[in-house]
Amino acid sequence: MKAKIIVTPKKAVVDPQGKTVQNALEQMGYQGIKAVHVGKYLEIELDGTDREAARKALDEAAHKFLSNPVIEDYKLEIE
Amino acid sequence: MNFSILQFPASNCDQDAIHAVRLLGHSARYVWHKENSLGDTDCVIVPGGFSYGDYLRCGAIARFSPVMQAVKQFADNGGLVLGVCNGFQVLTEAGLLPGALVRNRDLQFHCEHVFLRTVTTDSPFTNAIPAGKLLRVPIAHGEGCYFADEETLAKLKANNQILWQYCDASGNLTDTANPNGALQNIAGICNEKRNVAGLMPHPERACELALGSDDGKWIFESIFAALKNKTVAQAA
Repeated sequence: MKAKIIVTPKKAVVDPQGKTVQNALEQMGYQGIKAVHVGKYLEIELDGTDREAARKALDEAAHKFLSNPVIEDYKLEIE
Repeated sequence: MNFSILQFPASNCDQDAIHAVRLLGHSARYVWHKENSLGDTDCVIVPGGFSYGDYLRCGAIARFSPVMQAVKQFADNGGLVLGVCNGFQVLTEAGLLPGALVRNRDLQFHCEHVFLRTVTTDSPFTNAIPAGKLLRVPIAHGEGCYFADEETLAKLKANNQILWQYCDASGNLTDTANPNGALQNIAGICNEKRNVAGLMPHPERACELALGSDDGKWIFESIFAALKNKTVAQAA
């Protein structure tokens, strides 16, 4: 099984990386970009086939460790 | 007084901390992050550095080191804990202090001296700082921007938990004096119980005039005074 976790900065947190990337894209000529947010992507390869158990465990890990709920949100997908 | 200076893989301000405490006349020893006990300790310093390479998030991995259980228990029992720079990050990740430290708003690593305004002398970390004295202390960080949501910021203000703010040479809280974009120019805070504090600047690097300033000593003197006056919690 493979878990895919996307961690993104919360909207309330200033995201200078996102702003910088946006500026660069605009400088390169890309138009109509309203905003850019830079986050993190994690892939976790798992043994076993119990997707529900894996989701439960990784949800906890994502909340406790892989993301910081004060400044980040996360999305978890198990395939 | 006995100070325990934690050491995580890639902590690098542990030696400065141990030197500062000994220079000022007290005992200090290292505690490796894998230890389960702090031993006879009056104050824990969580030092600066790049623990675990700042991987995942600054302090995110160090907060789960075995020694942090003992630190949490020590803090729960009222023991004094001071986190400096990466140490501040570890303490916020560990939930011992509210909020979080994020990337500097200009994305640059700032290695420079700043001025700090002491917001309150009502804490074991600020009680000896002379009234109106600005502290000249160095910073060295890329992720020192203090963030907390509106509710938390309101609580910090209401409970007088903001200890230091970045200011200019005249003590004004200006945006230019803010090196990293920290909300309300917050450089350091304490918890509700006032026994755990964290700050991004390095007082342990400002205890000798030869290093450019000895204003950092006031923070240590405050801790010494507080320890003298209180019943010291036994380390677990």
